[in-house]
Amino acid sequence: MRRFATVLLIAVCAFALPPLLTALKAAFLLTQLTMAAYYALASLGLCALMGYAGQISMGQAGFFAIGGYASAYLSTRNLAAASGDPLVGGLDALGLLSRGADAYGNPSLSLSPWIAALCAILLAILVAVLIGIPVLKLKGHYLAMATLGFGIVIEKIARGTPALGGADGLSCVPAFALLPGLEVTGGRAARAVNFTISWVVLAIGLLALVNLVNSRPGRALRALHDGEEAAGAMGVDTARYKLNVFVLGAAYAAVAGVLLTHYNGSIGPGEANAMKSVRYVAIVAVGGMANLSGTLAAGLLLNFLSLRGVFGSLDDLVFGVMLVAVMLLSPGVRSRR
Amino acid sequence: MSLLEVASLARSFGGLRAVDGVSFSAEKNRITSVIGPNGAGKTTLFNLIAGSLEPDSGTVLFDGEDITGMKPFRVARRGMARTFQAIKLSRRMTALENVMIGRHVRSRAGFPQAMLASPWARREERRIREEAMKAIELLGIAEYAGRETGSLPFGVQRSVELARAIASEPKLLLLDEPASGLNIRETVGLAELIGRIRAEGISILLVEHDMSLVMDISDEIAVLNFGRKIAQGKPREIQSNREVVDIYLGEDDD
Repeated sequence: MRRFATVLLIAVCAFALPPLLTALKAAFLLTQLTMAAYYALASLGLCALMGYAGQISMGQAGFFAIGGYASAYLSTRNLAAASGDPLVGGLDALGLLSRGADAYGNPSLSLSPWIAALCAILLAILVAVLIGIPVLKLKGHYLAMATLGFGIVIEKIARGTPALGGADGLSCVPAFALLPGLEVTGGRAARAVNFTISWVVLAIGLLALVNLVNSRPGRALRALHDGEEAAGAMGVDTARYKLNVFVLGAAYAAVAGVLLTHYNGSIGPGEANAMKSVRYVAIVAVGGMANLSGTLAAGLLLNFLSLRGVFGSLDDLVFGVMLVAVMLLSPGVRSRR
Repeated sequence: MSLLEVASLARSFGGLRAVDGVSFSAEKNRITSVIGPNGAGKTTLFNLIAGSLEPDSGTVLFDGEDITGMKPFRVARRGMARTFQAIKLSRRMTALENVMIGRHVRSRAGFPQAMLASPWARREERRIREEAMKAIELLGIAEYAGRETGSLPFGVQRSVELARAIASEPKLLLLDEPASGLNIRETVGLAELIGRIRAEGISILLVEHDMSLVMDISDEIAVLNFGRKIAQGKPREIQSNREVVDIYLGEDDD
């Protein structure tokens, strides 16, 4: 069916592009295409929230950072000194810890990335619920401002917490073995397979949202976007649906944050920056708001160009200007005179 | 027992008593109408019943349950569907999709089932589509099913809204001035449609300004003036009620 064309295209690219780019001697592009896929995944989550349910969030980067930081922190924190602790011992006995060596070659013991990643995503979901319940009572630009404030708070926490590396962020984040032998990690040897992982994840993320928007809960989201009174009169619990899609968007950002952090092996406070949130919003707007394929295309292309350094020092400016341009040119957005 | 029992319902806005101690009931399988001149409190009463407004005092019993002050979505889940005086549809969704929203209270798929497109969710989705099509066919607008709602003629949009409401298989259908904005021919068509909906076993509460429509199809009529009920009875009784004729019917005849 036409509805699944983009999903199929992304899935085909996931496997076809690495050999193709290698043949064209352009395999180095796979790195930025991998990173762009994770940013696009976070944009897709925002598309469901903003494009379909009409709830703008300027805090998407905050959830991305919560996922990335929490997974980085949990998977790098050395528990070797506490190995006598019954809790640590118990985790070890359950096989939930992984052994390695720190930057100085000393033995280290830390949570396995699977556990770290799951905890990180659950944390983002928990924060989304706690933030979402009060702020989703707000509408329009008030909601935008409240979520912007949330994003700024997350960045300040990341920057100001020594345990999170302050301005340097966290590094030496270990590889994340999704399956034995299938690791999310940087490095040339893993480049092609990581590209495939990221684009397959992206295709799955897209497929789930395509299914969602064409379903009972998806119609309820679109209906509440067009009028909460009518949606409520048809039995839609609008407050709950808004919270659900807010949490879903946060979960997409957190998954993207987790995977990109393990891919890069590091994360810094810049990921939580308000300008990153503006980027996500700009991408959904450029993609056509209630348009998953458009958001995906804009997310891949713009992030790829940005990561290639095409925009140079005007990087943030480009996204800001694009957002303004889309807002000015979209039909029905401007107030009529 | 009546399907809907409204007792001493009151709501003020500032100093204005928009609805001032109104009591009436609507019976099963009947078309009950509330009429009154502009500003009589019809729409306020309607919103108090549907849960869009909270009353200052009084009670609303629906199918034996106290629904006073209950949120609209909870009222809807108990089997009360409504249309709006100013049509409220999702303009960018097709007519069929809008009517499918009407099946919301009759279906269950949540986010996980929908995202995974489980076989169970897909079966339910098919059923939603079929039931929505039935409602669309009942209202005779099948030819518009795949069209974006915003591009449809006004009268058709009204039918889409009606179809959305009846797709939920309500026990009681609340119609808020369904004839407003319709021409005479469309109003006649509407009367016929309302009759067809009643024949499906759906009770109707109609708030209407258009007297010809009300007199033709109602089983029972309550008359409001300045927030108070001044009369209730069969159409014939209302037509011969002196007070009603004076304050309401008279205004057109002068």
